Amino acid sequence: MSNTAKEQILDFVRGRYPQAEIDETQDIFALGFVNSLFAMELVMFVEKTFGVTIPNEELKIDNFRTANAMAELVARLSPTLAVA
Amino acid sequence: MTLIATAPPRVVDRRSARAFVDTHVVPYADDYDRSGRVPEDLLRQVAAAGLWAPFLPPESGGAGMDLVTLGEVHEEVGRGCSSLRSLLTVHTMVAWTVQRWGTPAQRERWAPALAAGDALGAFCLSEPGAGSDTAGITTTAAARGDGWVLNGVKKWTTGGQRADLFLVFARTATSIGAFLVPREAPGVEVRPIDDMLGTRASMLAEISFRDVALGPDALLGPSGFTAGMVLTGTLDLGRYSVAAGSVGIVQACLEASAAYAAERRVGGKALAELPLIQAKLSDMVTDARAARLLLAEAGRLKDAGESGTLMATWIAKYFASTAAVRHAAEAVQIHGANGCSPDYPVARLYRDAKVMEIIEGSNEIQRITIAGQAERETTS
Ligand SMILES: Cc1cc2nc3c(=O)[nH]c(=O)nc-3n(C[C@H](O)[C@H](O)[C@H](O)COP(=O)(O)OP(=O)(O)OC[C@H]3O[C@@H](n4cnc5c(N)ncnc54)[C@H](O)[C@@H]3O)c2cc1C
Repeated sequence: MSNTAKEQILDFVRGRYPQAEIDETQDIFALGFVNSLFAMELVMFVEKTFGVTIPNEELKIDNFRTANAMAELVARLSPTLAVA
Repeated sequence: MTLIATAPPRVVDRRSARAFVDTHVVPYADDYDRSGRVPEDLLRQVAAAGLWAPFLPPESGGAGMDLVTLGEVHEEVGRGCSSLRSLLTVHTMVAWTVQRWGTPAQRERWAPALAAGDALGAFCLSEPGAGSDTAGITTTAAARGDGWVLNGVKKWTTGGQRADLFLVFARTATSIGAFLVPREAPGVEVRPIDDMLGTRASMLAEISFRDVALGPDALLGPSGFTAGMVLTGTLDLGRYSVAAGSVGIVQACLEASAAYAAERRVGGKALAELPLIQAKLSDMVTDARAARLLLAEAGRLKDAGESGTLMATWIAKYFASTAAVRHAAEAVQIHGANGCSPDYPVARLYRDAKVMEIIEGSNEIQRITIAGQAERETTS
């Protein structure tokens, strides 16, 4: 399931930036893609897709740099989802 | 018995909003415009109708209204008076932000007062030297002890003359943070800005913050990079409300113009029979409907928690605000000299519409943002 979360997140990022080749370890901030509009879209996407609410203290850049990091965040917030 | 008879009806949907606006707003909107304020009496009626923050959940004092309905309600208010709608917009931004990003303690302290209209909220981002370029703000919040010290000047604060609670965006050591600042905090000074072109009754102010000491509970939402998200989210809802208000302006232009065209005669014919006038009216009807649909789509995506709502809201606001300007100009045209006089509402609609192209992301910023989407989705 955590794999699936990672893939869904990657799909979302790639869907918004189809011209770029992005893998799960790539720092999308370092690539210069993230403006505030996209950051907000990303958070909304994660919350909606995985049925979680990201608390303020988890809204840190390191949790959003890569698809891996975001998938780990989802797993932390929703352990049952990660195990299922 | 008397209680029930005199309790003003709550606004729960478009229909009740329409009734409220037709009774309490439409007949007086030109007076508000002339006097440069929305009277306290109306602010109390808005509170009695539950209009300040009906989208808050019941435990925070709201009615749990969905955002599609909220859009319809703000359209109706905007049809009556853009100044009142502006006050509602900034208050909505503050209330929503407290609900979305606030800690339980912040919510408990502010949400019920905001829902009841006991505390009116205002939104402070723009400064004398920074508008579109939000990264250019110079107001600072410096950490001191376990709290903050705020310094800077905010300009063009809608409702600032009247608001009790300011949502202030300020530079911190790491990013831009959002701060809740009560009006009575020592060091807060409010100077009215009068005689604006449009939304003349929205009681703008310039607000200085001089060494304003705030507790740790003044910071709303995360600090660090994601603090920008509070701003993005707050502006998104403000933009949605302005889009709704712009649809309301188009609708008001349509209603005023259709009524005038039916009654005014030139060369023995009603204006409404002239093809050039019909062309104007048909475009108003079509754009009102198109703008309303774009707004409803943005609202539907909001209610579903879909990230696509952000761009949908930009597009709805761009379309609706430019349509409002176009049709307000035509509404004045249809009214001829009467349209330039204070005897008809179209002069006010014309001035108010122009403001819609400037606030919550100006036309140019709208276009840059919307084009950004096209670019990133198509270039290879
Ligand atoms: C009636 C009214 C109420 C308001 N209420 C509030 C409020 O409650 N709170 C608040 O914080 N602010 C408020 N504002 C301020 C409003 O948000 C700003 O006016 C708006 O953001 C534009 O900023 P500016 O006026 O500084 O224009 P500037 O940023 O100086 O821009 C000037 C012009 O240049 C254009 N421009 C800017 N950047 C670019 C670019 N990159 N490319 C091409 N063109 C560009 C703009 O679109 C604009 O036409 C209000 C303004 C008005 C008129």
